[in-house]
Amino acid sequence: MRGQQVLILGGASAIAEQVARLLASRGAALYLTGRDQARLEKIAADLRVRGASRVVIEPLELTDIAAVGGVVGRAQESLDGLDTLLIAAGVLPEQERASAEPALLREGLEINASVPMLVLEEAARLFEQKGRGQLVAIGSVAGDRGRATNYAYGAAKGALEIFLSGLRQRLSRRGVKVLLVKPGFVDTPMTVEFKKGPLWASPERVAQDIVRAMERGRAVIYTPWWWRWIMLIIRHIPEPIFVRLRF
Amino acid sequence: MTQRIESWGRYPKATPAKVTRLTDRDAPLPESDRPMLVFGNGRSYGDVCLNDGGHILLGRGLDRFIAFDAEQGILRAEAGVLLSEILELIVPKGWFLPVTPGTKFVTLGGAVANDVHGKNHHRAGTFGHHVRAFELVRSDGSRRVCTPTENADWLAATIGGLGLTGLITWVEIQLRAIEGPWIQAESRRFANLSEFFVLSEESDRQHEFTVAWVDCAARGQHLGRGILLSGDFAPASAGQGKHPRAHGRLDVPFTPPISLINPLSLRAFNALYARKPERRFLTHYEPFFYPLDAIGHWNRIYGPKGFLQYQCVLPPESAETATRELLERIAASGQGSFLAVLKGFGTQPQAGLLSFARAGVTIALDFPFRGARTSALLNTLDAVVVAVDGALYAAKDARMSQLGWGLSTPRLEAFGDFIDHSFVSGLWCRLNACG
Repeated sequence: MRGQQVLILGGASAIAEQVARLLASRGAALYLTGRDQARLEKIAADLRVRGASRVVIEPLELTDIAAVGGVVGRAQESLDGLDTLLIAAGVLPEQERASAEPALLREGLEINASVPMLVLEEAARLFEQKGRGQLVAIGSVAGDRGRATNYAYGAAKGALEIFLSGLRQRLSRRGVKVLLVKPGFVDTPMTVEFKKGPLWASPERVAQDIVRAMERGRAVIYTPWWWRWIMLIIRHIPEPIFVRLRF
Repeated sequence: MTQRIESWGRYPKATPAKVTRLTDRDAPLPESDRPMLVFGNGRSYGDVCLNDGGHILLGRGLDRFIAFDAEQGILRAEAGVLLSEILELIVPKGWFLPVTPGTKFVTLGGAVANDVHGKNHHRAGTFGHHVRAFELVRSDGSRRVCTPTENADWLAATIGGLGLTGLITWVEIQLRAIEGPWIQAESRRFANLSEFFVLSEESDRQHEFTVAWVDCAARGQHLGRGILLSGDFAPASAGQGKHPRAHGRLDVPFTPPISLINPLSLRAFNALYARKPERRFLTHYEPFFYPLDAIGHWNRIYGPKGFLQYQCVLPPESAETATRELLERIAASGQGSFLAVLKGFGTQPQAGLLSFARAGVTIALDFPFRGARTSALLNTLDAVVVAVDGALYAAKDARMSQLGWGLSTPRLEAFGDFIDHSFVSGLWCRLNACG
């Protein structure tokens, strides 16, 4: 993986930062976007110490569609090339509020699904032309089946999955890999208010799984692995029973 | 959100504290109606890292590097970075920690706050002697960069200051150059305590790293027998073609219902260990400095009640007689210590106002906690230490007396001026008026 050139959307997220550390220690060049410039600067300094050959940051608000356009081109130019896109940006809207406030529902769909799709398309064009590259996006187990407590979030992540599935099929003969990562519960600032249990994983653990899946050119992974089996069961619960469940 | 915080000795048990994970070194301290304490990686033993029912700031979240000058060997990192993470970064680039404790799983901030020492104390002093700078954030919102020339009084109070002067956000240290990760080591047996003192002095003159293990179960003419380990970083040519042994990390997956360290297992282990042959060998730095780090959660072998560490330093002039007295009292009690470590300290002035390490000989012991019996034994050990004006190590303590504390911290009064009164620890409350 030496010499990788990576654009990370949502580069200040806890999972993205851990992935970036692993890539940096192998000498990758990194282009990070995020909302908080001061935070990005601290992350960039850390990644340089850890061995990144180059780190460029761009403060970027994902709801600002005009600003998002061209981000792939800017990253490609700054890093003298680009071969990997990682979408790690995301928000977790509280379901009750998202149900009551249309603006919040819409913002969630934009940041978690439609804006990532635009950026994925831009990178797909570039990688298709070059005949190589990897598109990676962080989805969620919540995208596997809608639940009462987080279907706004789940719907966006589910949409991302279908989008990536289509991209993967389209690019399969063009040398471009497409990876969807579905983490379960991860202990990050996004979930700071949740009560933690044995199923929770650290961002470090999740990042290791992501980097391994990237190296192996995998299509879809659950992380940690046990979520594959949990979600297999959950997806197959018949609807009449599922609607009565409370979890 | 509250959480039960545990120290490495798992004694005493703390009541759950409110917890906040620190993630941004530039953020102000959280507003709190409870007294605060920063908790790093929980490798100190007693209650120096506990804060009963208070507010614990989890420092591990501050884990970013800030700058590394690979030419000069100067590293600046956030205080929650572990020494193990630093080693991964610096060893391949030809640098090593200037001073390292017996575990690499401590945070940089914890190493400063406890002013830790290692096998090279006789040459290099403590961790605090190699601190070039750090930032201290106080509950009044002030921030100070402390160096040996700027805010030097705050530097001296915070090194070894047990986390009571505020939050250390980042630390800059001077590293030590190495040619490679290999250590040329030697182990030599000594038959009794007098031999230890002769051998130790000779060894300290010749080698950068020295430490001795003592058989606590031995009595009579064997009293104080043990093995002295010494070592120096080997030249680059030494380890060529050698690879560190890739041993799988073991783990103690759960706490056994009783301590596996008991008089029987202890005597067997000590008797076997004392018969280890003398040898010269080339070893990777990991097993040399961090033998116990190879076993995850080794503290669980002491069972649910946990264990007590006991570490003191005895002044040079009375070191031999006092060490003998300590070993006799331990042997007589029948509660031997699994690991008994002896080491001669150098004579450097202390880096911090409350620093533990000072001229003399230090002895470190650990005892499974068996209630009143254990407390009684440790009190009799205290009496020996107090009688010779020795000192006890706060980072390992859970039970010392006021008298012992007073002797251990002759500059306590000067330290008082630097305390941040929004900070407190279990140890501090126990030994000083608090709240």
